[in-house]
Parts: sequence; structure tokens; C-alpha cells
Amino acid sequence: MERMPKWADVLLIPLISLILAFALSALVIVAIGEDPVNAVRLMVTGALGSTYGWGYTLYYATNFIFTGLAVAVAFHARLFNIGGEGQATLGGLGVALICLALPWPHWGLALPAAVIASALFGAAWAAIPAWLQATRGSHIVITTIMFNFIAGALLNYMLVNVMRPMGSMDPATAKFPEGTNLPTLHEVLAPIGINFSKAAPANVTLLIALAACVLVWLLIWRTRLGYEIRALGQSAPAAVYAGIRPVRIVMLAMLVSGALAGMMAVNNVMGEAERLVLNAVEGAGFIGIAVALMGRNHPFGVLLAALLFGFLYQGGAELALWTSIPREMIVVIQALVILFTGALDNMVRAPLERAFMAIGRGRG
Amino acid sequence: MDLATLLQVLDSTVRLATPLLLACLAGLYSERAGIFDIGLEGKMLAAAFLSAAVAAVTGSVWLGLGAGILAALLMALIHGLASITFRGNQLISGVAINFLAAGLTVVIAQDWFQQGGRTPSLMGGARFEAITLPLAETLRAVPVFGPIYHDLISGHTIPVYFAFAMVPVTWWVLFRTRFGLRLRAVGESPEALDTAGVSVIRTRYAAVLICGVLCGIAGAYLATALQAGFSKDMTAGRGYIALAALIFAKWRPWHALMATMLFGLLQAVALRYQSLELGRVTVPVQAMDALPYILTVVILAGFVGRAIPPRAGGEPYVKER
Repeated sequence: MERMPKWADVLLIPLISLILAFALSALVIVAIGEDPVNAVRLMVTGALGSTYGWGYTLYYATNFIFTGLAVAVAFHARLFNIGGEGQATLGGLGVALICLALPWPHWGLALPAAVIASALFGAAWAAIPAWLQATRGSHIVITTIMFNFIAGALLNYMLVNVMRPMGSMDPATAKFPEGTNLPTLHEVLAPIGINFSKAAPANVTLLIALAACVLVWLLIWRTRLGYEIRALGQSAPAAVYAGIRPVRIVMLAMLVSGALAGMMAVNNVMGEAERLVLNAVEGAGFIGIAVALMGRNHPFGVLLAALLFGFLYQGGAELALWTSIPREMIVVIQALVILFTGALDNMVRAPLERAFMAIGRGRG
Repeated sequence: MDLATLLQVLDSTVRLATPLLLACLAGLYSERAGIFDIGLEGKMLAAAFLSAAVAAVTGSVWLGLGAGILAALLMALIHGLASITFRGNQLISGVAINFLAAGLTVVIAQDWFQQGGRTPSLMGGARFEAITLPLAETLRAVPVFGPIYHDLISGHTIPVYFAFAMVPVTWWVLFRTRFGLRLRAVGESPEALDTAGVSVIRTRYAAVLICGVLCGIAGAYLATALQAGFSKDMTAGRGYIALAALIFAKWRPWHALMATMLFGLLQAVALRYQSLELGRVTVPVQAMDALPYILTVVILAGFVGRAIPPRAGGEPYVKER
């Protein structure tokens, strides 16, 4: 007998976990003497009340879609890729190198090149931990954490010693050439008569992120490789028995994961900053963990969770502007979401399962 | 390099290695009991904040230390609840704890002190003072040994000596007591311990709480001895370096001392020299920052002595029915 209907697993459990996380966050807000209802109102108007707010919400969401998908793909092979931060850092390096290498005539040419460069750099950064996990059994969580720090040091070195323009004190690259500047949503939506805010950073990369969602869905549920990734994640011995080579699958899953995380750089480095700065990723790699956990590793779930976190990020920035609630409140909410949807999953799941069992018995 | 410079670098090594050593030993207890802990960073950060806050308000560093330990214990309890009682993913729980500490410390600090997420600077009795060991002044004139004793061994704060003392204590507890045998057994083969009638849950909780206490002392040391007050994200990755040291030491107490001293030395050198000239090669400071992590990956890869974690690490224990 099924212990629980599918809708309860997919919808009810994440919803209850989310409500618990938000309830605790509200308590924190009350504890520091602010009004949670007013806070929610400020967040909604700040993040969704104008096209300017939407522009930031969608910009953040684009980052989180990439890093969330990266974590989700690895999770399907039961690999916990905590290295999205480092892979996105390297992706940024790839984008910067390609954008500064050539005098790009038009963004339409620069964009595919940047996507490929960021994906290659991100995948390369995931390749070493993946190879060590697959062939030497080194725990991927630890190696990817280490690679985050190594990536930080590498970026620091590249910006301070190599890529910094002559005479500049700022550890950052030069501004990218005009021909690499991506159109913002303002320019994309103007021809169809929508007047979107000019100042907001959301750009054409959003469409690539949406396409990535569809492609990841196809990969995981409609291709042989996706099947093999899921099989390995469900049961390694069974997968080996079925003739699946674990080394190959671990490598491929992590390469795809690293490439997705790396592609985030197209949005934040090429689309927003238009140059590479220190700590460009700003924790988006870690938010991918929360997004994947909440989205139940499904691309559509990841999309919804990324929108939610985009809203929280932009709303949180507004909160910090208008109240005494600091920006770090979002980090607390993010931590509680990871805690309840990830680590304390059984706390919500077990009583629900019992309730459904009781209902089932009552009917039978 | 003369003796005086060398002693200065080594002295700074000891100071910087102390929080690493305490956190590394903390992780040792937890991971030897089969509970992976990537939340060392968060526990230290929570302890650093609450110790500095209480020390600032009361003016007593000892009350601060107690509060710091309490904060870290609370975080450890969340980790225990998630990974032992509710059999959740220990790695995810650790990640959550790191973020919880990173966020909550700044939110609360801002509410209490309104100084942009810092505590006020600590002075006088609100900080750990350096203590001078007996005869340090008298023996100073003795060549070589005198300066070493006076500059390097004497003149540290109490948590430093405590951290060093914890190395033999940890070795003795783990390898010479019944509790230690059980703790190691629960990390290798919990079902064996269960069969012998010892509670797996209680043993693991004990290990996780010891880990909390040691992280608490490490965090309090950071905020009340190494620095004078709490600032945002002041642990700066030390919890992860301690984790790297733990793997580097292959989960053994004396090796943990060696590993944390090595990583402390790297930090001390990076702090003192912007870049290091070794003959014709110039080593950039970023390479020294990255070296602990690179060394750990090399060790994990098993090219230089393989690191094998406790066998039941990361696995929640489900009693058979």
C-alpha cells in the first residue's frame, strides 16, 4: 500500500516545511521589535509592486534557477554538489576572458560564446571533485567545499595580479566592450508594448534559464543518460548490475551540474556587472541548495523555488532600506528553509504518513 | 630570518592555530561517533557572537565564555535533533546551521547594539588576558631557551593552554576509556554497540554535545581573546579549515595538533608577508590562502596516505525490528 498520495509528498510536505520556516522567521522579526505583517507588505510591494521590483526579483531568480538546477541534477545521482559557489566563480572567469578577448560586434554573437565559456569553466571546476569521487572515493561534499575556497583564491589572484587594468587599484577587470552588453528586459519587452523598468538588471539570460529548465527536464526524464543518473542515485548496486558504469555517470552528472552553475555567470557578470569583480557570486551557489531542496529536484519546482527566493532577496533588500531589519534576515529565512525542507524532513513527514495511514485504514 | 622574527611568526602561529585546533577536536568527537559535521563554522560563529555580547554587557569574560558555549550547544542540539532523532541528512543540517548562525548573529547584534552587526569593543575584564608563566622573566636571559620560553610558550591566554591540553585529554578519552571505545564503536558499527545494549542515540548525542562545547570555546576565544569583539562573519572559513585539518589528520588527536599547527603557520605567514620569496620563485599570498584546501584535496585523493573516514559516518542509525 502507498503510504502517502503523491500530491502530499510533492506539495503538502514542502508547504508545511515552508510555513514552519516562515513562522519561525516571523518570530525572529517580532523578537527584534518589528511587525511581521508590515514586513511582508513591504516585501511584496518592494519586490512585486513595480516593474523595477520585478526586474530585481527576476534577476535574482535567474541566478538561483541555474544554481538550483545544478544542485538538483547532482542530487538525482545522489551527489551533493555544494560547490556551486566555486563553479559559478569559475564560470565568471570564463565569461570575463571571452568577453575581453575579442572586440565583439554584437551581443548575439557574444552571448553563445559566453554561455559555452561559462559552462566549460564551471564543468571543469566540477570535474576534479567528480573524478576523485568516482575513482578514488573522496567525499564529494568535502572536495567541492575545498574547491569553493580554492576558486575564491584563484579569482583573487587573477583579478589582483593578472586581469586588473594598468593603473587601476580596484581588484576587478576592465569594463566589457559595448558589443557584449546584453539587452535588459526593458529592451526585450518594449517591442511588444510592455514598458518595463530601465534600471532593473533582469536581462535576456532569464530566457536561457527557462530553456535550461526544459532541457534539464528532458535530460532527467526523457533520455537514456537521465535514466542512468536516476538509477545510480536510487541504488548503485542495482545500476551496476544493469550494466551502468558508475564512474561515467558520476562524471557526466557532475559535469552537467558544474556547467549549469557556471552559466549563472552569464547573468550576473555579463548581464549585470558587465565586468568581473571579487566575490561576484555572492552566495547564490549556496542558495541553489535551498532552491533544489524546496523544488524537490524537479525543474519546475526549482523554477518556483527560485522565484520565491528571488522575491525574498529583493524584498529583503527593501526591508533593510525601510525598517531596522537587516539584510541578513534573508539568510536566516534561507537557513530555516534548508533546515525544514532538508534536514528535518522526517519531522514533518512521519506524522503526515501516520495520518494518511489512519485515514486509509478508516476507509478500508 | 633571525630568532626573534622566527619566534614572532611561531607565536602568531600558536594564536591563529588555537581556534582551528579546538574546532578540529570538536569535529573529531562528532565524526568519530559517525555524525558528519560541516557546521563547525556556524557553531563557532554563534559562540563568538554571544560570548562577545554577554562579555560586553556584563564586563566578565567568563560569563561570556559560558554564553558562547551555550550558543554553540544550542546549534549542536539542532544538529543532533536533525541527524540523530529525525535521521535527516547530516550534511544538509550542517549547511543550514552555518547559514542560521551567519544570519542570526548579525540580525541580533544589530538589534542589541546598533553598530552595523558588531558588538562594542571589549576592554579589560571582558577579554582574556595573556598570562605570564612562572619564571618567564627570570629565564629570559638564558640563550635560545630563554626567548623561546618567554616569547613563545609563555604569554598566551587561558584558552590557548586549554586547547593544547585537550589534545592528550582527547587521546586519553577516546582510546583509554570505556566511553571513548563506545564513541568510536558507534562511528564504525552502531549495530554492534546496539547489540551490546548500549544506546546508540545517547552516545551520539554525547559526542555531538562535546563537539558543541569545544566549538563554543573556539568561538569565544576568537571574539574575546584573538580579537576584541564580534564582527560579521568573523570566523572567516576557520570552521572549514578545521574540517580540512580533521581530514588531514585522518581523525586522530595528535595528528590534529600537527595539521592545525601547519595550517596556523600558513595563516601566520600569509598575514606577515604579502608574497613569499623562495629563491627565484615568488609565491603569491593567495597560494598560501589556498594551500590548506589543496593539501586536503590531495590527501583525500589518497595519493599521499589515504584518509578513510569512520565507516558509519553520515548514516543515520535505524534499529532493526
